[in-house]
Amino acid sequence: MKVVLKELTKRFANRTKGQPDVIAVNHFNIELPDGKLIGLLGPSGCGKSTALNLISGLEIPTEGQVFFEEDDVTKLPAEHRGVGLVFQNYALYPHLTVRQNIAFPLGNLKGDQKLPKEEVERRVEEAARLVQIDQLMDRKPSEMSGGQQQRVAIARALVKQPKILLLDEPLSNLDARLRLQTREELRRIQRETGITTVFVTHDQEEAMSISDLIIVMKEGVIQQVDEPQKVYTDPVNLFVAKFLGTPEINVFRGTVRNGQLFLGEESVLDVPGVEDREVYVGIRPEGFILSETGRFTMDLKRVEEMGRDTSVIAAHPAAEKPTVRAIISSENEVDRTKETVKFDIKPFRTYLFDIETEERIPFGG
Amino acid sequence: MKKNNLKAWLYLLPAILFLGAFMVYPLIDVFVYSFEEGYNSAAQTSFGVGAYNYRYVLHDPYFLQAVKNTFILVIITVPLSTGISLLIALGLSSIKPLRNLFQTVYFLPYVTNTLAVGLVFMILFKKTDYTDGMINLLIQTFGGKSVDFIEGPYWAKMFVLSFYTIWIVMPFKILILTSALASVNEEYYKAARVDGTSKSRIFFKITLPMISPMIFYLVITGFIGAFKAYSDAVALFGTNLNAAGMNTIVGYIYDMLYGNSGGYPSYASAAAIILFSIVLTITVINLMISRKSLRS
Repeated sequence: MKVVLKELTKRFANRTKGQPDVIAVNHFNIELPDGKLIGLLGPSGCGKSTALNLISGLEIPTEGQVFFEEDDVTKLPAEHRGVGLVFQNYALYPHLTVRQNIAFPLGNLKGDQKLPKEEVERRVEEAARLVQIDQLMDRKPSEMSGGQQQRVAIARALVKQPKILLLDEPLSNLDARLRLQTREELRRIQRETGITTVFVTHDQEEAMSISDLIIVMKEGVIQQVDEPQKVYTDPVNLFVAKFLGTPEINVFRGTVRNGQLFLGEESVLDVPGVEDREVYVGIRPEGFILSETGRFTMDLKRVEEMGRDTSVIAAHPAAEKPTVRAIISSENEVDRTKETVKFDIKPFRTYLFDIETEERIPFGG
Repeated sequence: MKKNNLKAWLYLLPAILFLGAFMVYPLIDVFVYSFEEGYNSAAQTSFGVGAYNYRYVLHDPYFLQAVKNTFILVIITVPLSTGISLLIALGLSSIKPLRNLFQTVYFLPYVTNTLAVGLVFMILFKKTDYTDGMINLLIQTFGGKSVDFIEGPYWAKMFVLSFYTIWIVMPFKILILTSALASVNEEYYKAARVDGTSKSRIFFKITLPMISPMIFYLVITGFIGAFKAYSDAVALFGTNLNAAGMNTIVGYIYDMLYGNSGGYPSYASAAAIILFSIVLTITVINLMISRKSLRS
């Protein structure tokens, strides 16, 4: 099912009296396409969970509307929206077994919707099989690992065959290894059910790896909506460029003069079509090419071998941070005896941003 | 290991000494007295050993009346006080404004002296030459006939005693239950709401099971407390409880110990042991039920 958010806004009164309201979600205008896995990405406290709660109906918006397909559900309380919601700490009922937990939402159906016992049984089994916990049906949540509990929570959300599945930080309570595994699971479950799924995360890697579409948020405002790779290779502003990618993008302060980008006194790249101005320059770590005749000279600090890749840690006076990290293929030999190291930079991994607005400045070439 | 053990015993010693001297020894002593016929605490003498004390106590109409009173009190007050407290606690946790004020108001009886409260109840219920008491005035305005709650029929006296007991034990239960309700994670309710769970199903399937350990705790301690009732009856009906027909088991023990110049410590001991075994049995049954239902 398609979800459309129109001018959706949520304000909270500030805890400190006299302070202005906190705007957790600020004029969201977005269409969440049917059957996709959508990652809502942003740093902690940026309003991601509030946005999710507005879709689920647990929060009522201050302004704006929520549409499920063509239906305006803004005023519809959570219980009538037919959404499946998975909480960050799963909220499994501790006194019920896995089977009882999964069957719980079906027990709420009344009147003609009420299902016969066999049908409930069948649906519970089906949901459990989908998330692969059908072997653990008679356990209590406390007798299961975090990953298993997560699966039960997803099964419970899916058993009532919701039109949309919402997950709040689904992987944050799992350890690193389980997280990798579970996110693949999530992808698989979403593919198999074809249900429109929105998940909230602050982990860009998580969002990048499984989403069809990423929404990047900052302080309640949508920054960019794009396919994962597009958000990475084509960020709209400095925030998005910094937020996505590990290791982080290297940021410099530079100047454009006569169609050339200067970092310090060196002209490092041709940027045709950009007028003379001060800019922020973002260069992805993989945007460096080691070259004897390179145009960009930095002080060499150290070299970290990491098997496939080599990290060159350097320093440059124009850089925002004390170190600049360049990742190059380990086939390249870095002369460690030298004090400096020379690079060429890849134009398609280099981004210019306005000093004031931090918006992207496009350049040809 | 050995050294640590020694140290542990050393640390435990003060507590063991005091508990032994003031709890275990008296308990054993009472048990011994209960089998010694006509024990005299001043002369430290007795006529002989046997079950005579038990036979006497179990045939004493005053004791049987006290047992009957105590059981009725327990059966009425424990479920009612727990149930009403749960309702009030639910009400308290669902309101926002003035919650603290109400919590304080509901807690006041707990910090008020039993006998002072008894006095207030006397004013409410007692019939004197000048007035029939507040409650009777109320009954009269609704066209009823006034009842003597303090010196009148048995059911009226039992009603006052139960009313009083429930009222005095409720604050503690409300306190415990409000905090138990507050400790239930909000997310369970949110999850239930998204799934369209009705209010009553949320209460019976989520809230109640989650706070059931606390409810069991209150029921068990409530049973024990109600079996040991005494001061409440004294506050309402004065010290001559046998005459009022409102004696409790503890009241009977007390009368046996101190009544009739010197009293009958042997009978008192036998009654105390009987009370002890009743409370023990009920508590064990309670624990068994609660364990079973908490596990499933």
